[in-house]
Amino acid sequence: MTILSRWPVLKQLGGPDRLGRRDAAKSEVTAHLQPRTVTADRVVKSICPYCAVGCGQNVYVKDEKVIQVEGDPDSPVSRGRLCPKGSASLQLTTGDAREQHVLYRKPHGTSWERLDLATAMDMVADRVIKSRREGWEWEADGKRTRRTLGIASLGGATLDNEENYLIKKLFTALGIVQVENQARVCHSSTVAALGTSFGRGGSTTYLQDLQRADCIVIEGSNFAEAHPVGFQWVMEAKARGATIIHVDPRFSRTSALADVFVPIRAGTDIAWLGGLINYVITNDKYFRDYVVNYTNAATVISEKFRDTEDLDGLFSGLDPDSRVYDTDTWQYEGGEVAAASGERDQQYEDISGDGDSVASSGHSHSHGSGGPALRGSWRRDESLQDPRCVFQILKRHYSRYTPEMVEQVCGVPQALFHQVAEAITENSGRERTTAFAYAVGWTQHTVGVQYIRAASVLQLLLGNIGRPGGGIMALRGHASIQGSSDIPTLFDLLPGYIPMPHAHQHETLDDFVAADAAERGFWANMRAYTVSLLKAYWGPAATPDNDFCFDYLPRITGSHSTYETVQAQLDGTCKGYFLLGENPAVGSANTKMQRLGMAELDWLVVRDFSLIESATWWKDGPEIETGELKTEDIATEVFFFPAAAHTEKNGSFTNTNRMLQWHHAAVEPANDCRSDMWFMLHLGNIIRAKLAGSTDEMDRPILDLTWDYPTEGEQAEPVAEAILAEINGWNADGEFLSGYTELKDDGSTVCGCWIYCGCYAEGINQTARRKPHVEQGISALEWCWAWPANRRELYNRASADPDGKPWSERKKLIWWDEDEGKWVGDDTPDFEATKPPSYRPDEDATGIDALSGIDPFIMQADGKGWLYVPSGLVDGPMPTHYEPQDSPFQNALYHQQRNPVRQVFARDHNRYHPSGTDHDAGVFPYVLTTYRLTEHFTAGAMSRWQPYLAELQPELFCEVSPALAAERNLEHNGWATIVTARGAVEARVLVTSRMRPLHVQGRTVHQIGMPYHWGPNGLSTGDAMNELSSIALDPNVHIQEVKALTVDIRPGRRPRGADLPRFVESYRQRARIDENTGMEGVTAR
Amino acid sequence: MSVTNLGMPRMGFFTDTSVCIGCKACEVACKEWNAVPSTGSLDLTGESFDNTSHLGANTWRHVAFIEQDKPIPSPEQGNSPDVRWLMASDVCKHCTHAACLDVCPTGALFRTEFDTVVVQQDVCNGCGYCVSACPYGVLGQREDDGRVFKCTLCYDRIGVGQEPACAKACPTKSIQFGELDELRERAQRRVDDLHAKGLHEAKLYGDSPDDGVGGNGAFFLLLDEPETYGLPPDPVVTTRDLPQMWKHAAMAAGTLLAGLAAAFVGRRGR
Repeated sequence: MTILSRWPVLKQLGGPDRLGRRDAAKSEVTAHLQPRTVTADRVVKSICPYCAVGCGQNVYVKDEKVIQVEGDPDSPVSRGRLCPKGSASLQLTTGDAREQHVLYRKPHGTSWERLDLATAMDMVADRVIKSRREGWEWEADGKRTRRTLGIASLGGATLDNEENYLIKKLFTALGIVQVENQARVCHSSTVAALGTSFGRGGSTTYLQDLQRADCIVIEGSNFAEAHPVGFQWVMEAKARGATIIHVDPRFSRTSALADVFVPIRAGTDIAWLGGLINYVITNDKYFRDYVVNYTNAATVISEKFRDTEDLDGLFSGLDPDSRVYDTDTWQYEGGEVAAASGERDQQYEDISGDGDSVASSGHSHSHGSGGPALRGSWRRDESLQDPRCVFQILKRHYSRYTPEMVEQVCGVPQALFHQVAEAITENSGRERTTAFAYAVGWTQHTVGVQYIRAASVLQLLLGNIGRPGGGIMALRGHASIQGSSDIPTLFDLLPGYIPMPHAHQHETLDDFVAADAAERGFWANMRAYTVSLLKAYWGPAATPDNDFCFDYLPRITGSHSTYETVQAQLDGTCKGYFLLGENPAVGSANTKMQRLGMAELDWLVVRDFSLIESATWWKDGPEIETGELKTEDIATEVFFFPAAAHTEKNGSFTNTNRMLQWHHAAVEPANDCRSDMWFMLHLGNIIRAKLAGSTDEMDRPILDLTWDYPTEGEQAEPVAEAILAEINGWNADGEFLSGYTELKDDGSTVCGCWIYCGCYAEGINQTARRKPHVEQGISALEWCWAWPANRRELYNRASADPDGKPWSERKKLIWWDEDEGKWVGDDTPDFEATKPPSYRPDEDATGIDALSGIDPFIMQADGKGWLYVPSGLVDGPMPTHYEPQDSPFQNALYHQQRNPVRQVFARDHNRYHPSGTDHDAGVFPYVLTTYRLTEHFTAGAMSRWQPYLAELQPELFCEVSPALAAERNLEHNGWATIVTARGAVEARVLVTSRMRPLHVQGRTVHQIGMPYHWGPNGLSTGDAMNELSSIALDPNVHIQEVKALTVDIRPGRRPRGADLPRFVESYRQRARIDENTGMEGVTAR
Repeated sequence: MSVTNLGMPRMGFFTDTSVCIGCKACEVACKEWNAVPSTGSLDLTGESFDNTSHLGANTWRHVAFIEQDKPIPSPEQGNSPDVRWLMASDVCKHCTHAACLDVCPTGALFRTEFDTVVVQQDVCNGCGYCVSACPYGVLGQREDDGRVFKCTLCYDRIGVGQEPACAKACPTKSIQFGELDELRERAQRRVDDLHAKGLHEAKLYGDSPDDGVGGNGAFFLLLDEPETYGLPPDPVVTTRDLPQMWKHAAMAAGTLLAGLAAAFVGRRGR
C-alpha cells in the first residue's frame, strides 16, 4: 500500500468507513497488532508455584526471556484458570523484586556485602563440616544415635520433589535429623488423622470429584480464598443443585457463596462434629451396610478400656506426671501394639522412664501411607450390640454432645445445627454423597489431629469415604507441600512415610521392621520398601551383610520438630541453619523466639527470592527496634542465596490431589540465581570432596552415598529426570519399576520413595503426561500421575457394596466385573485388580492375602476404616472436645480443660494465658482467629513484594464486629493494637457485620479475625500476626495452635521502641502470668 | 442478531456476579497481559476488601465489594444468613452508543471489527474529552503520561481467537466471553434460574438494546440495584442530545445571520 492509500483522510473518504470511527481510524500499530502469545518462540508447560491446587500454566518465551505466563486450558484441575497469585507469576518471576546476587553478612556486621557464588558455596560447606563435627553425637542414653544436633534445616514445601529428595538424602547422610518444612506447621495433623483413620495420610478424594457431591461442608477452610481455582468444582456442584455449607468463625468470601453459613466459636469444632456424630447415631442415620462391612464399628475393644465419660475427660492409661498415655488399654480385645509382647514392656519403660521419648517422636506422622500395625486377632459383633464394640463405645462417648451442648459450647443455634444435620444425612447413603473440605482451620490446634479424626468418624458413619462426590478433601497449601511430606524434609519420616528410626526402638533393620510392619495388608512389605530406599541412598555399599547400611541412618530420640529446634538454638546446641524457601520470622508461631533463636546461631543460610524477614532480622527486625537486640552484638553469619523460579528449573510438584505434575524449565536462571537442586548437589559435591579420604567412621555415610547425578548446561544444573528416575526406582536389570509391588527386600531393587514407584514406569516421565482433560473422563488418569499407583479417588472399593455392585447407578465408580474377573470403572481401582469381593482369607494368611474382598482400606492392618483408633495416636482413640490452650471458657463437657497430653513449653518468651474461670482470664477476653486472603500467599515472600498483589491488599488489618468496635472504641479504617502475653501488633481496623458476637455458655464472646501474611519487609509491610502466638503443640505431630487464641484489643497504634516490651510486660503482670500459667496437665477429677 | 459492520458476530462480556468469589484474578491477569502499572497506592481504603476503588487508567477490571445486612429470601434455607457480601467485577461497557468514541477528536478511539471500543495509545493526545463523556466513569488519564487507557477487550488476543485475559483467568467463570447474542441468551436463562430459586432481585444490567447507551458489549447479572454496585441506574450516552443541540445551534445561528442580514438590508435602503 502506498503512503497515499494509508493516509487517514483518504482512507476515510475513499473507503466504507466515511465517519472515521472504525477501520479508517486504525493506526499502523493497531493494524499490525499481534498478541505475544502468538509471536513467542516457544511455549513451555509448567505448574503454578503458589498453592496446592497445582493449576497448569503455559509459559511463553521470546529471545530467552519469559514474556507471559497464563493458565493451561488442558489441565483437568484448573481448566486454564488462575487466581490473582497465579496470574501474577510473570511479575513474580521476571519482576525486579528478585535478588540477583549472593549476599553475605559477616559476624557482627551491620550491612550486606556481595560475595561470589563459588566462594559462598565453599564457605557454607566448611561451616557444615565444622558444625556437624562440633554437634556430633554417637550415642544418647547408651543407645546409638550417630547424628549431629548442630545443624538444622527448614523449608521444602515450595520446592520440587527432586529438591526435597536431595535435601533429605544429603542431610540424612550427614547425620542431620533436624530437617523440617512447612508441612509441620500446616498439614502434619492431616497425615496422622487421615492415616490412622483410613490408612493413608492424604486427601481421600480429588478436587474435580467435588462436582459430583450432593452436599459439601467446608469447615476449617476458606476454600474460595485459599484455593480459588479449586473452588470452581464446588461451584460446579452448586450449579447442579448441591447444598454448600460453610462453618467458620467469620463470614468470608467462601461464606458469600455458600447456601448455609454457620458461625462457630474458634476452637470448638470437635464439639460441633461430635454433635453431628451423636445426631447420626441417635437418629439411626448411619449407612448401616457400609458401617458394618467397611469400618471397625463391629470390633470389640479391650475390657480394660475406660472412656472420657468414665474419667471426666481422660482415657484410661494416662501417666499424669509424664503426661503420656499407655495405649495398652485402648487395643482391640486380643490385639496388641506392633512390637512383639516381650519388647512392649521395654517400650513402656522407655516411655515412662524417659518421659516422652518414644511417644513424642511423632510416630503418628508415619501413617502417611500405612495405618498402625496390629498384631493378634480380634473379634467382631456385626449386630453392633456388644457394649464393648466400637459402635457402642462411640455412641456412649458422644452421648452428651447434644444440640443443646453444641449451642452452649460452639455458639451455634440449635435450629442451624439441625439444618446442617439434616442436610448431610439426607445427602448421604446409597443414592447421595456428601463431601467435607478442610484446611488449616482444623489442623492448627493442640487437638488438630482429633479435629480431622472427628470428620473421618462422621464420614465413615455416613458411608461417604471412597464414594464419588464424597470423601474428605484435605486442602493443602503450598505447591508441593504434599510432595515435601511424601518425600519428606521432615525429621520424623523417611520417604514414603517410613518412620525415621528411633534410637530406643530401632537398633537394627529387623527391629525396625518388626516394630512397625503389620502382619497383614500392604504395610507388611515394609522391609522391601525400606531396603529399596537404603539401596537408593547407599547403592553398592548397602549389602545384606551390613543390614543395607541401616546403621548409617541417624536416629531420633524424641521430637526434633522445628519448634524443638528453635529451643535447641536458644539453648545453644544448634548452631547452623538452612532456610529453604520458608520464612519462620513471619510464618511460624512465636516469631520472637524464632528470631532470638537465630541470633544464637553461628551461621544461617537463607535461600529465597527476596530479602525476607528471616534473612534481615539482625538488621531491622522487631528486636532491633525495641533494643532487645543490637545488630553489632549479633554474631550470626548470614548467607543469602537467590533462588531460581519455577520457570527456570525442571521438576515435579505434588498437589493436594496427591498428583505429581512436571514443570519444564522455560529459561535458565540469571546471575547468581540457582535452583535448590543445584545448590544441594553442588554443596554435597564440595563436602564430599573436602571429606574424601577420611578414615573417620562418622564420614562413611556421606562418602558412601550415591551422589552421582548427571548435570547439563553451563551452570551444571542437575538433570531433574534422573532424580525422579531414582525416586521411581529400578530392578537388578536396570528396568524401571512400575509399582511398589515389585519391590524386594533382598537388595535387588532400588527405590527412593515407594509410594511414588510407578511415576517413571517404562522409563517414561509419567508426571509429564498432559492429555487434555476434554479427551478424558472426570478422573483424567492420563494427566500426570497420582500416588498411589495413579489412583485418584482413594478407597474406591467402598463405592461398591460387599457383593461388588455399585451402591446405586447414580453413584457408581468402581465395580466388580464377573466376566472379566476384575474391578472396572472410571478410576484405577484402589484394590487388587483381580481380587473378587467374595474372597475371604484363611486364618493364618499374612500380608496382602490377609485382606478380604470387603476390605476397602487396604493400608489398614484390618482393612477397615477406623471409627476408633486403637493405636497410632497419643491423645485418644476418639476425638474429644478440649478447649484451646488459651480460652475464655471453661470446658463445658468435662473438668479436663485442655488436651492433657498437649505439648507446652515453659519458656520466658512463651507464656500462656489464664483461661476459663481462672481469675485473670478477663485480661484477654477476646478470641482471635487467623486466616489467609486470596491476594497474598503464606508468609508473604511471594506476594508482599509483587506490586500487582500488594496493591490489592496493601495493609494488615483486623476484622471486628460493630459491637466489639463500640465496646473497645475502635474506628473503622483506624488503627488497633492487639496484645497477648507474647507480643503486641498493630493493624488497621475493618468494622464489619461479617464478624458476629456469639452467645456461649451464658455470655457474649467477641471474635477478632486477622490475616497472617504480613511482616516488616517488602512492598506491603506490617506487623507479623505470629508475634502474638505461642508454641503450644498437638502432641501427635507438633503443630502449633494459631487458630484460636485469646487477646485484648485497644484502639490506636502500638508503642514503639522499648515501650513495646514494657507494654506487653504490663499485660503479663496484670494477668499475673508466670511459668506455671496454662501449664496444667490433668484437671479432670 | 448482533453483527458488526463486517457481518461478523459482535463479541462481548457477560459478567455473572452471582458466582464471583471476589478473588481479583481478573484485575491481575489484565494488568499482566496489558502491562498496566500498579496504581501505586498502598493504603487500605476501608472499602471492604476493595483497595482499587474504581476503574481508571491503571485499573481496567475493578472488583467491588458490597457488604449488606440483609436476609436473602430462599426456599431452601430455613435459616438464612443475615449478612450478604456482593462481589462484582466491573469493566468498560463497550457501549453500542459510545460517547467516548463520539467526542474523541483524534480518532484514537475507534470501534473494532468485533464492535468493541478501543483507544489507540499511539494516537491519543491526552485531551481528556472522553474522560468526562463516559456515563460510567470508566476512562482515566495516566498521571505521568497524560494519555487515556482503558480495557481493549484484549483486542490483540481475540483477534487470533484467544480469550481476553480476565475471562481466561476467572476461576468460577463469572466473566464469560463470547458472541454477544449467545451471551444474552445464556444470561437470561441464568436470571430465570435464579428467580426460580427465589432470588427475585437478580437482574441483568446493560443487556437491553433499548437502554440509554443502546445496550452494552459488556453487560452484567446483578443481585441488587445498580446503584448498590456504584453503577448508574439509567445510563445515557452523553452525546445523545448532540444532534438536537447542533440543530438548535444551527437554527440559532441561522436566525442570527438572518437577523444580521435583515439589519444590513434595512440600512442600505435608506
